[in-house]
Amino acid sequence: MTDEPRAIRFSNMSKVFGGVKALQDVAFDVGQGEVHCLAGENGCGKSTLIKIITGVYQPEAGAGMELFGERLAAITPNVARQKGIAVIWQDLALFPEMTVAENIAFETMLGNRPRLVDYGALRARAEAALARLEVSLDLDARLGTLPIAARQVVAIARALVSDARLIFMDEPTASLTQAETDALLAVVRTLSARGVAVVFVSHRLAEVLEISSRVTVLRDGRLVGVYPTEGMTQARLTELMTGKTFDSHVMARDTSADPVVLEVEGLSRRGEFSDVSFVLRRGEVLGLTGLIGAGRTELAHVLFGMAAPERGTVRLEGREVRFASNREAVAAGVAYVSEDRLALGLIQPQSISDNAVLSVLRRITGASGLMSPRRQEDLVAHWVRELAVKIGRPGDAVSTLSGGNQQRVVLAKWLATEPKVLILDCPTVGVDVGARAGIFRIVRELAAQGLAILLISDEVSEVHVNADRVLHMAGGRIAGEYDPRRTSLADLEAAVYA
Amino acid sequence: MMDRIRQAFGPEVPGLLGFLLLVVAVFGVTAPNFLTAANLGSIAYQLPELGILTLAMLIPIISGGFNLAIIYTANMAGLTLAFVLMQFGGVDAGAGAFLLGTVLALAVGALSGAAMGAVIAYIGAHPILVSLAMMIFLRGLGEFLTKGGDISGFPQYVAVLGHGSLLGIPVPLVLFGLCALAWHVLLTRTRHGFAARMIGSNLRATTYSGVHTKRTLVLIYTLSGVMCAVAGILMLSRFNSVRVGHGEALLLVTVLACFLGGVDPFGGFGRVVPVVIALVVLQVLSSGLNLLGANQHLSTAVWGLFLVGVMILRWGAGRWKERQRGRS
Repeated sequence: MTDEPRAIRFSNMSKVFGGVKALQDVAFDVGQGEVHCLAGENGCGKSTLIKIITGVYQPEAGAGMELFGERLAAITPNVARQKGIAVIWQDLALFPEMTVAENIAFETMLGNRPRLVDYGALRARAEAALARLEVSLDLDARLGTLPIAARQVVAIARALVSDARLIFMDEPTASLTQAETDALLAVVRTLSARGVAVVFVSHRLAEVLEISSRVTVLRDGRLVGVYPTEGMTQARLTELMTGKTFDSHVMARDTSADPVVLEVEGLSRRGEFSDVSFVLRRGEVLGLTGLIGAGRTELAHVLFGMAAPERGTVRLEGREVRFASNREAVAAGVAYVSEDRLALGLIQPQSISDNAVLSVLRRITGASGLMSPRRQEDLVAHWVRELAVKIGRPGDAVSTLSGGNQQRVVLAKWLATEPKVLILDCPTVGVDVGARAGIFRIVRELAAQGLAILLISDEVSEVHVNADRVLHMAGGRIAGEYDPRRTSLADLEAAVYA
Repeated sequence: MMDRIRQAFGPEVPGLLGFLLLVVAVFGVTAPNFLTAANLGSIAYQLPELGILTLAMLIPIISGGFNLAIIYTANMAGLTLAFVLMQFGGVDAGAGAFLLGTVLALAVGALSGAAMGAVIAYIGAHPILVSLAMMIFLRGLGEFLTKGGDISGFPQYVAVLGHGSLLGIPVPLVLFGLCALAWHVLLTRTRHGFAARMIGSNLRATTYSGVHTKRTLVLIYTLSGVMCAVAGILMLSRFNSVRVGHGEALLLVTVLACFLGGVDPFGGFGRVVPVVIALVVLQVLSSGLNLLGANQHLSTAVWGLFLVGVMILRWGAGRWKERQRGRS
């Protein structure tokens, strides 16, 4: 082919942290202007690899490091930046209080000597960067007022201002709608055409797979392989990432004869959803899917008593209920696993044990009115065993657990309340592919025991495989009901993403 | 053994105890009168005032908040008791009047706390602002009611509370011990204490878990107010007078004592026992320096240095532990 040097070429990369081999003999290379996927589960070494390439970590001796054809003995963060390596982390690291222009071009304001900000030049640079991406944004808008997708574009533009020639993007599509993802992919194509390489770091690859040319897969700190994306499927990739095979056949059963637990009729709340009606039966997994903004979470909040409906009724086991607070909902037997595990699902700095019992404090309180540490221990031990949560000690902070294990703690917290209805709002966000299967195994078991489960997810394939029936929500209304045994995944996806 | 202490009272305890021993040893050698009954006794009489006020500050901080109004709440409660005693004859007021005054004083403390708690819980206003408003309100009200002067002339028996002893133990120390025990139980064994820690780390997640966080917040500030009232009654007895500004300088010292005792400034974590030990360390430091003839202001300066020193030590200990973990 051509003599053009590779953008990055690393070989024999190893990194040991306190005896743990985070990375072993990994090779990684990306061509100039290439769109590349770096795939692997959490803890597989993706972050370590990026941090070595960007000079944050130094690899163990013996690694070969080459940036744009130049062999380097050591890389510092400064060197990496000068060579044009940029990373856009998932949190974007932007300034929400500053304008778009300031966010894009703020580095030009930095210098050794204090001087006045040249706003004209700053705007010009920001405008030029956005023009290279072929997008237009209001330069004077405060960043905090923009949707996530636009902020991502701002982060990319900022990388371009500092002459980035290779951009790592960490989980860029995790919180985007389909349309926003498409727009992002268009930007990436533009970048690629201009010779800027992009490396997607993700474990949610369906969308990015199609525009990447190759994918590098890591597992447990080792290189599994580098594959062309041509002909690669999501299922095959999952196998490579986890080293296991998953059957993804439809699990739906006919539950139409089972007694109704939850009955929702004509439920409306202005600006959120309207005229929502459905029934949820004992032992049923009812999928609820739709794009972000379809009103799914808002509906869940009303069912959980966090907000009051304006019209419509909710019946629980035949009795009409109007919850004044989520405490009443919990007492009546409704449990809600929030989509936002970090901020709402768990109290991250507090212990696993305290998180697990938070919803049932009364139950571990003795006749004296004092909480019993022994009852707490027993309860926690019971659920850790029951849900096979992998923990160190119950007293460890819950933030030390992996996403999948954190989600099991959330489930334990709610199952301890002995609910009749369990609402799962995007239960696999931030959970590894391998651990997802474990979560859904638990969900199916709970349903088999008679729990009525409302499974909300924006991943159509997830509800298609795991739900007995699927409701499609769009624009605040129930747009359709599907039986996964009669509707193919492709048809369902077509309906949802239409 | 150490592990069991750590588990029951908090990881801060062994370090703080070590520090206390060190301070006692240094002063024991350098200050000739330090280890005398008279000096230790005076520490035992001085500590409870600051101690009880610190307890009042402790639970709002654990819940992620703050109570700037503790001093004026205490003095307002003291004023309430003083007013009642005055109504019933001042020096000649009977035990019934004292009892009535005490109940009313505790009620005033509770009311002040409950008002703050309600605004914080239901309006969602920031605790620093709410308690600042309460502090300024109470100070103004107190100055108005007392015309800026002080009230004194209480019955003889009131002094027992501040200066008496029970089986050889100073009464204020007994009182402080009881209060500290109550707080320890509140924080480690009750639902509201549990909820207070959770609220301190993440209010919304606690609410989502079905906890009545608003009620807990109101209760926390109410209890803080009651604890202030106890301190106010004790101060009345110790000074044999009440003035709105009594103990103003203690406000930030209570915060200092909380942080020395390992309470997380951002809420969610904190225990009573290490805070009590930190209080003892502070009192011993100031008394020892005093014996050495140091100026009182200098001992305040040493308190500040002490906090910085402890923070550096904790940082060092954290790094050391991390390195140990890396090795194993």
